[in-house]
Amino acid sequence: MGEYFAGWLPSGWDFLGYTLAAFVQAFLLVNVIALGAFVFIWAERKVSGRIQDRLGPTRTGGAFGWLQSLADGIKLLSKEDLMPKDADPILFRIAPYVSFAASFAAFMALPFASGWVALPLNIGLFFLIAVLGLEVFGVILAGYSSGSKWSLFGAMRQAAQVVSYEVPLGICVVVPLMICGTMDLVAIGDQQRGWFTNWLIFHDPFIFVVFWVYFTCAVASVNRAPFDLAEAESELVAGFLTEYSGMRWSLFFMAEYGSMILVSILAAILFFGGWNGPIPVFSSMMDAYPNYFGNCWWFTTFANVAGVLNILIKASVGVIAMMWIRWTFPRLRVDQVITMCLKYCVPIAAVCLLGVMFWTALGVPFLNDLVPAQDRSLVREEWLDEGDRRADRRIEMIEQKIATSQEGGVE
Amino acid sequence: MSFLCEPIGLSHYLAVGAFLFVTGIVCMATKRNALGILMGIELVLNGAILNFVGFASPYFRDENLGLDGHMIALFVIVLAAAEAAVALAIALNFYNNHATIDVDRANELKG
Amino acid sequence: MIGLLAAATEASINWHTVIFYVTALVACGFAVLVATTNNIVRMAFALIVCLAAASGLLFLAGAYFVGAMQLMIYVGGTVVLLIFGVMLTAQKAFITMQTKGGDWILGLLVGGTLLAILVQLAFLVPQWQSSDYQAKADMNLATYVDKLEQQLTEGQEITQPQRDELARLEILATDGMPQRTGEIGLALVGVRADQGTRPDEKGLAGYLLPFEIVSIHLLVVLVGAAFLARAKRHHAGGATR
Repeated sequence: MGEYFAGWLPSGWDFLGYTLAAFVQAFLLVNVIALGAFVFIWAERKVSGRIQDRLGPTRTGGAFGWLQSLADGIKLLSKEDLMPKDADPILFRIAPYVSFAASFAAFMALPFASGWVALPLNIGLFFLIAVLGLEVFGVILAGYSSGSKWSLFGAMRQAAQVVSYEVPLGICVVVPLMICGTMDLVAIGDQQRGWFTNWLIFHDPFIFVVFWVYFTCAVASVNRAPFDLAEAESELVAGFLTEYSGMRWSLFFMAEYGSMILVSILAAILFFGGWNGPIPVFSSMMDAYPNYFGNCWWFTTFANVAGVLNILIKASVGVIAMMWIRWTFPRLRVDQVITMCLKYCVPIAAVCLLGVMFWTALGVPFLNDLVPAQDRSLVREEWLDEGDRRADRRIEMIEQKIATSQEGGVE
Repeated sequence: MSFLCEPIGLSHYLAVGAFLFVTGIVCMATKRNALGILMGIELVLNGAILNFVGFASPYFRDENLGLDGHMIALFVIVLAAAEAAVALAIALNFYNNHATIDVDRANELKG
Repeated sequence: MIGLLAAATEASINWHTVIFYVTALVACGFAVLVATTNNIVRMAFALIVCLAAASGLLFLAGAYFVGAMQLMIYVGGTVVLLIFGVMLTAQKAFITMQTKGGDWILGLLVGGTLLAILVQLAFLVPQWQSSDYQAKADMNLATYVDKLEQQLTEGQEITQPQRDELARLEILATDGMPQRTGEIGLALVGVRADQGTRPDEKGLAGYLLPFEIVSIHLLVVLVGAAFLARAKRHHAGGATR
């Protein structure tokens, strides 16, 4: 995209093109978080209402109360912004931004369709998990700087919980990585082309178990109930959020919803085929007519738009499932949370890692081999494809140059 | 602003690494809080990592360390994590036994 | 990122350099903050920013895997551990501890001398002061493109190996060499993909043994740290367990 914009501008000013491209991408990503939070906060109210046999919001903006989030936002904006006397003023102000920035930065490396990623990294998966782990600093700083013991307890619990749950989460994401042999999220998604039996969750029985462990750890690592010990209302007032109000509070909230969307999209890419739908409409057409549909830019773009829809639907299912869990299960005790991680999640994930390893090494057939769409090892990482594309473009340029020079020679 | 037009070289990485190293040393020398000293150690190790990666980078030298530099940087990171865990355990034990984290008061064996 | 900057080399300003200076300034500035502030919590925050900026520098040097590793283990693990320690020992008296003036003078004296020597040493070698990587990569690409053009005007087709070579040169000139991840993984199990075809060509070049030693070391540290941290409670409440 950067090169496309840079092509418009005179040479020497092409950095403006790249800056413009960066702004466009940042704008789109901010909208994913902001609109996602907007929709899912409303959805959470409706889901919780229905689960508790109520209606939820009904008035604001029509029959379903779909403008409820906007009303919430206006209320939050007009709230007084208080800071306790004991608070550390600098850290108290910075903390929400740290939390939000970490959640947002992880979106940078997240692909939404084949090749549609703001920052194509060949270590995308690793980078994403690493940046997701930084979100805890916002919570820790908030709890610490508030000058309130409730906040401090919340932050301590959060630190212990996140450091513990990073271990099983890491083991879980290693499993798809091991099957695909790459950390490039675009390549991982592209390897699951074809019918839904090609999704990685159907690779073998062990990875099916791994997905549930991943989901548990993801819920814990984004700090949602039943693992929301950092803000346990029944014990700690509101945990690390006790002293926050207004816009700063809502930044934490946005970060939480952003992370929820993030881990759901990641689950969709790692286990549920990413942007590939259950029925391969576009990819089978591309395979059937490689010269017509496969090379056609508008058809590829159309397929990618459908892919974005696909991945967003899958992610929404994940987020709604998290809400369902939140409003169904009681909150765990702090020792139960750590027990859950160290005594259940880590051993199960480790055993499944071994199981998947042997399953792959021995080449035992499973659902993936029912309707194989392609040879997995042929899908390459993004930077290799990028090099090929550049080479093709360069050769085209040379051919054009030669053609024009020959015409000139004839005249 | 002519220095912005030149591509950076290995020296720049070494200079930043040296700066982090020296700040870490100063931090270790001046802090009285045991955890502050640990943070100084992290800075020192980071300076070392920057140097290794700088020497390993193909952008700066043709005869670079290559993969070896990256590997050593990885080992430094892993060992730093181990060191921090042990040092933290020692610091917490010290705090439990003496109800202070001030390293200047860890002088019980003083003759 | 590097691809973005590489394209800006035609303009007078080298954007890779600009981003390097900004990141380096953030890293150094927050490192100074770590050393100067007395508040242990602010120190921890400054350390986070400093280490994150240092990982940005690693990315800029093309060490993507090491950079992400730094973000994950250093910033996300080690520093969280340190902050955890800070919180466990957080009492009003220990959050801010004044340092004696004499310590400061001594520390700054030693540090300043060391810094002056090290920076001078760093800039001593003229070949290290600037990099000709981009110029060389662009030149290689241009000569290869000229060669292909020559070949095409003579009416010969471009073969697949030539196409691959062109793609390789294009990547070297735009994205640099970010593809080290697989090589690192292979080196950890003892195979050096970047050095010759047979591992015995350069002696024992793999990292299998250090990797195993580090694994055992981590295990021992884990057990030891758990033991150290539990020791006190063991004495006090040993009878109840």
